[in-house]
Amino acid sequence: MADYLIELTGLSRVYGRGDVAVHALRRVDLRIERGEFLAVMGPSGSGKSTLMNLLGCLDRPTAGRYLLGGEDISRLSRNALAGVRNRKIGFVFQSYKLLPRLTALKNVLLPLLYNRSEPLSEAECRERAAAALESVGLAGRVQHRPNELSGGEQQRVAIARALVNRPAILLADEPTGNLDTQSGGGIMDLLHRLHRDGATIVMVTHDPEVAAHAGRVIHLRDGLVERDDGNGKQGVAS
Amino acid sequence: MSLLRTIKVAWEGLALHKGRSLLTTLGVIIGVAAVIVMLAVSAGAEAEIADQINTLGANLILVQPDYGRGGFGKDSGDRYGLSYGDVQAIAENVAGIHGVSAEQNTTQDVRGGDVTLTEISIVGTTPGFPAVREYQVASGRFLTQEDADQANRVAVLGAGIAGELFGGEAALGQRIKIGTTRFTVVGIMEEKGVVGNTDFDGRVYIPITVVFERFVAAKFGRDAVWLIYVSAADRADLGGVIAEVTALLNRRYDIDPAENAFTMMTQDSIIDAAASTTESFRNLLAWVAAVSLMVGGIGIMNIMLVSVTERTGEIGLRQALGARPRDVQLQFLFEAIILSLLGGLVGVFAGIGGSYLFGQLGTMRTEIVPLSIPVAFGAAALVGIFFGYYPAVKAAQLDPIEALRRD
Ligand SMILES: Nc1ncnc2c1ncn2[C@@H]1O[C@H](COP(=O)(O)OP(=O)(O)O)[C@@H](O)[C@H]1O
Ligand SMILES: [Mg+2]
Repeated sequence: MADYLIELTGLSRVYGRGDVAVHALRRVDLRIERGEFLAVMGPSGSGKSTLMNLLGCLDRPTAGRYLLGGEDISRLSRNALAGVRNRKIGFVFQSYKLLPRLTALKNVLLPLLYNRSEPLSEAECRERAAAALESVGLAGRVQHRPNELSGGEQQRVAIARALVNRPAILLADEPTGNLDTQSGGGIMDLLHRLHRDGATIVMVTHDPEVAAHAGRVIHLRDGLVERDDGNGKQGVAS
Repeated sequence: MSLLRTIKVAWEGLALHKGRSLLTTLGVIIGVAAVIVMLAVSAGAEAEIADQINTLGANLILVQPDYGRGGFGKDSGDRYGLSYGDVQAIAENVAGIHGVSAEQNTTQDVRGGDVTLTEISIVGTTPGFPAVREYQVASGRFLTQEDADQANRVAVLGAGIAGELFGGEAALGQRIKIGTTRFTVVGIMEEKGVVGNTDFDGRVYIPITVVFERFVAAKFGRDAVWLIYVSAADRADLGGVIAEVTALLNRRYDIDPAENAFTMMTQDSIIDAAASTTESFRNLLAWVAAVSLMVGGIGIMNIMLVSVTERTGEIGLRQALGARPRDVQLQFLFEAIILSLLGGLVGVFAGIGGSYLFGQLGTMRTEIVPLSIPVAFGAAALVGIFFGYYPAVKAAQLDPIEALRRD
């Protein structure tokens, strides 16, 4: 059996009940290997964000099974899910979601504060956060607040925050959606580099050019995987 | 997240919203300050009363007709107003007494030297007064039985009056005018100061018979006294003396004992009565303070709910980054507790300052009750926990996806 980081089997997510029920995902099967860079495409409303929320353990499926690193996520309690999010998942949002009054360093520090399985001292936390910022090229912006940073820089802070707990997977929902081409390109270069260094990445995008960076692209439509050009098997293809 | 970290995160959360945080605590500040000030006021009132009572002496009985049953005076038709003759009768017939005296007072202008003092308390009394009130002359002599019998126009000055009129000792032998009547100063009392409502040093003592003759005849008649002092020789015998005095007075006025026509007050009975009134006063204040703390708590709850709503995005983000519902709940709970403790701290200082200021500015005496400080502070913490709980639970129940979407 191949070493899949993620195995979704018959995964469904239905919002609401009865007449108003929305089938956002319909029995999706998907496998993602360690070290893959997967782009998720599809029209608006096709279920991309729903899929990302489930992958990110922010939400629980209505039906089906989600194995993350062999662990069945669908059955975990809210508290346990929070722990999984903290240790195994790194989120990057389209709108960065930095806390506006905190410095870049403090923003990056947040996930470390909630890390209970590997609690670090104050000094170690700062060191880790500073190192994460340095790894995304923001060594000189440590004490800046979000409003003192460009959009591209803010998204880099968000990526540093996602990486600081050394997660198993990086989830990015339209990470370049709010950025101009140049800054977006910078972010893609960064994701690329992270992928080369071994990160597993799942990224939602509308932009075929952006998707082209990924080794594998899946297309969603009406809650189904319409096309999977990597067929769940392909490794790195850059 | 460790508790210490949670507290730190909560603290930082508050620091990010300083203005609002300050406003939130205002209710608690006022509540805590109110607790301390009110207890200080009530303790001050109690101390004031205690001081006043303690000057009476443990063996003293104050005898008065029950004024609650109607007027006292010539025109009231009151058949059991006390009279000067009662003083003599008690002295002669009641066993085990150390002294008897009486008071009939008036307020007059007093002139001496070039100085006129207006509205001075003139105490008409008998030679027994210094013994029953434990209050002696400093120089000269007190009023004698002869002064009383012959209604001599002699006066003994309180220390303050002597000072104001003649600069002190020089008053002895001087002529003064009380109202329109001339008196000779024969004595000066020792300094006693203000006790309770009575400025002992600011009074003038003259024979009670002179008060009858010159000042109150038209109003109350020539032998009415408003108060008789009886002091028992032995404290243990106080009850017996009271019974005897009562029986004697009932006999003299032909009153049915069941009527309870006279009130016999002792230091102990006054202390008991005062204790029960100050207790109900204190209970009232405690309620006022509790209500203001409550209002402060509702203020905190209100602001915390606003805060949870405004910071929904932040809560969602923290959840996405690994905050458990518990972590979120504790963060907001601690924010509320820190707020109320800060409010409590400021309130303690405001309360101490307020109590002090009240004591300085007003006529009210205040005494800060040390216990009120930890109690008020603890109450503030409880308010934080109680009123912070609901908003914190609401924050913890937020769904991360919903919360993240609202930004
Ligand atoms: N919380 C929700 N309640 C009800 N319907 C939802 C909710 N979230 C998403 N949907 C619906 O589910 C479908 C998929 O949404 P989403 O996953 O956000 O699509 P995408 O990200 O691809 O645009 C859409 O029809 C959307 O309206
Ligand atoms: Mg979407």
